[in-house]
Amino acid sequence: MRLHGAKVPHKKNTAESKPVKIPVSKTVVIPMSMHIGKQARVTVKKGDNVKVGTLLGEQDGFISAPVHSSVSGTVAKIDEITMSSGMKVPAVVIETDGLQQKDDAVKPPEVKDFDSFINAVKNSGIVGLGGAGFPTFVKLNVKELEKIDAVIINGAECEPYITSDTRTMLDKTDYIFKAIDAVKKYMGVKRFIIGVENNKPQCVKKLSEYSKDDSLVEVRPLPAVYPQGGEKVLVYNTMKRIIPKGGLPLDVGVIVINVTTLAFIGEYLETGMPLVEKCVTVDGSAVKEPKNVIAPIGTPISDLLESAGGLKSEPYKIIYGGPMMGISVPSGEAPVLKMTNAVIAMDKKEAVPPKTTACINCGKCLNHCPFKLDPRAIARAYKTGSGEDLEKLCVDLCMECGCCSYVCPAKRPLVQTNKLAKSMLRNYINKKKAEEEENE
Amino acid sequence: MNKLISSVSPHINSNSTTQKIMLDVVIALIPAAIASVIIFGARSLLVIGVCVAVCILSEWGFEKICKKENTISDLSAVVTGMLLAFNLPVSIPLWQAAFGSIVAIVVVKQLFGGIGQNFANPAITARIIMMTAFSGTMTSWVFPDASSSATPLALISKGQISGLPSYLNMFLGYHGGCLGETCTLALLLGGAYLLVKRVISWHTPTAFIATVVIMSFICGKDPLYQFMSGGLVIGAFFMATDYSSSPATKWGKIIFGIGCGLITVLIRFWGNFPEGVSFSILLMNILTPYIEKMTRAKPLTGGGKV
Repeated sequence: MRLHGAKVPHKKNTAESKPVKIPVSKTVVIPMSMHIGKQARVTVKKGDNVKVGTLLGEQDGFISAPVHSSVSGTVAKIDEITMSSGMKVPAVVIETDGLQQKDDAVKPPEVKDFDSFINAVKNSGIVGLGGAGFPTFVKLNVKELEKIDAVIINGAECEPYITSDTRTMLDKTDYIFKAIDAVKKYMGVKRFIIGVENNKPQCVKKLSEYSKDDSLVEVRPLPAVYPQGGEKVLVYNTMKRIIPKGGLPLDVGVIVINVTTLAFIGEYLETGMPLVEKCVTVDGSAVKEPKNVIAPIGTPISDLLESAGGLKSEPYKIIYGGPMMGISVPSGEAPVLKMTNAVIAMDKKEAVPPKTTACINCGKCLNHCPFKLDPRAIARAYKTGSGEDLEKLCVDLCMECGCCSYVCPAKRPLVQTNKLAKSMLRNYINKKKAEEEENE
Repeated sequence: MNKLISSVSPHINSNSTTQKIMLDVVIALIPAAIASVIIFGARSLLVIGVCVAVCILSEWGFEKICKKENTISDLSAVVTGMLLAFNLPVSIPLWQAAFGSIVAIVVVKQLFGGIGQNFANPAITARIIMMTAFSGTMTSWVFPDASSSATPLALISKGQISGLPSYLNMFLGYHGGCLGETCTLALLLGGAYLLVKRVISWHTPTAFIATVVIMSFICGKDPLYQFMSGGLVIGAFFMATDYSSSPATKWGKIIFGIGCGLITVLIRFWGNFPEGVSFSILLMNILTPYIEKMTRAKPLTGGGKV
């Protein structure tokens, strides 16, 4: 069986662009929630001097991650900002001094066993950089290590435009393998598969050179069909295992980790500098000189666009991440976050959505869904408000990759409806549970 | 910076549109239209023109009266007009062709909710209504030289095997029949175009034609002749693949095609009518929701085996 997907344009314009550091902005805004889970607790106050690597917010609760300063300067205020999710979170606003002095506390971690390794990963502030932002130490903190058959390293980078993972694979290969060695040593993992879409032969070549003497590491070229980097798709295409609905990769004995996340762990083990800067692809139809830049976390994205030669036309839409699953931002003031791997500025032609017309029942949506869902039927069930039907149609399986909406000739908002239907189904299930409990 | 558009992903769409799909179907029908002019004379152009014009007009008029959004630019009415004309004899009185076009668009398509909502194929249903209403003119097959001949299937059902046209004439379309259905060569070209452009998938036409061919063989009829006769090729490639009235699932398409083939053979070999393609497609149209429900893919929940 082959999983379906969509042939989206690659647009890897910046694959050859070596990331360049951009000048430090006057002000950076660092939110306390750049991960899934509880937001970090602010540990600085207005007027404090901070340096690069200074702790700004400490991990709070089991699923959370610490946040560090990406610049040296003075805390101007503790503000509250609205994230794209609509959630309001505290953010540390820092007036920078441009010196970028390193905090004295920054030094390589002492790692000697599994616990100290997990602790180091936790203190580094690393979260899943593929986009989800799940705290990495939680993912790696596996109770029964023998359950792990393989670690799958996600270098698929299937979204159009983005090449920051490509750059990681080319420029930080040493760190990737340093981290692999650490995972081998402290977690006892015996098998690693690096999945890379075959539209990046340069990455496959370089990684293969590094892994040729290592029987535990395999570089696996994958078909360049979106969404190859989707966790469940990747696990199926590398291991032929299906992650059960509502389950985790660990349920089928694998851990999936983004290649840039892994490279960062390797780098942190060597330098001790927490996650404070990101390689970001700046591209899109409104951008004059698409390129990869290295920016301190908290830098307003308008400064990134400026560093890419500015804009050649008025932007109508700016998104974090790729155009298939990225999140549109309200303004150019939005800061670079931990999981920001690309900033795409679209001109009018690219940004204005096409007109929606009537469904012609062509079936493209169901024949492109990687999980074999039927978006037509889901849309009908959503319209009639039938939680029962939505449950049968397994809408909760939808990973929101957007293939259905992408291929739809009638330009119907299919995945958008799936998202709404998922929350309708959650309400239905909760209600059903509550009723059952009442009856008992 | 102006106010940015905020929307939910995805932020890009494929180039495919309903209009482009319909345009591809129109392009795929052009070889058969040219063949019809060569075989049956310029009047076939007139019939096609009337059907297309009346289809567009009735769609526009109906939507105007019902204060619905005008959808004639999606070109689906053009496709219906062409397909209906292709299913009429060249000598059909123009007012009858116009009547059929109105039935196709207003009764079969728009009254059920317009594009994508009709449960039956508009052109086929209109043709069947016309066959009942105008049984004389709908079965008179006239050539440009004013000679007329019965369709090969009518000859076969009457047992007049000696009067049958040669294989070559069957393939090129020089025999009695509806103006767009006779030229197997032109229709196969169009069908191949639709397959290459991925407007249709191979499942329905293959299942439909294979069933007719295999059943003909089993029943002792000439399979090649059955393949090139009547409306089988146009039906299998252009009408049984209609999106809104046929299943969207892969297995559904195969079952739909086999069903069409079986009913066609049943009518051709044992029925009162010499040809059964139209009826077979209409009957299978009615079963479409059930076939689709039956063949819906099981979502990848990880519960089952790979």
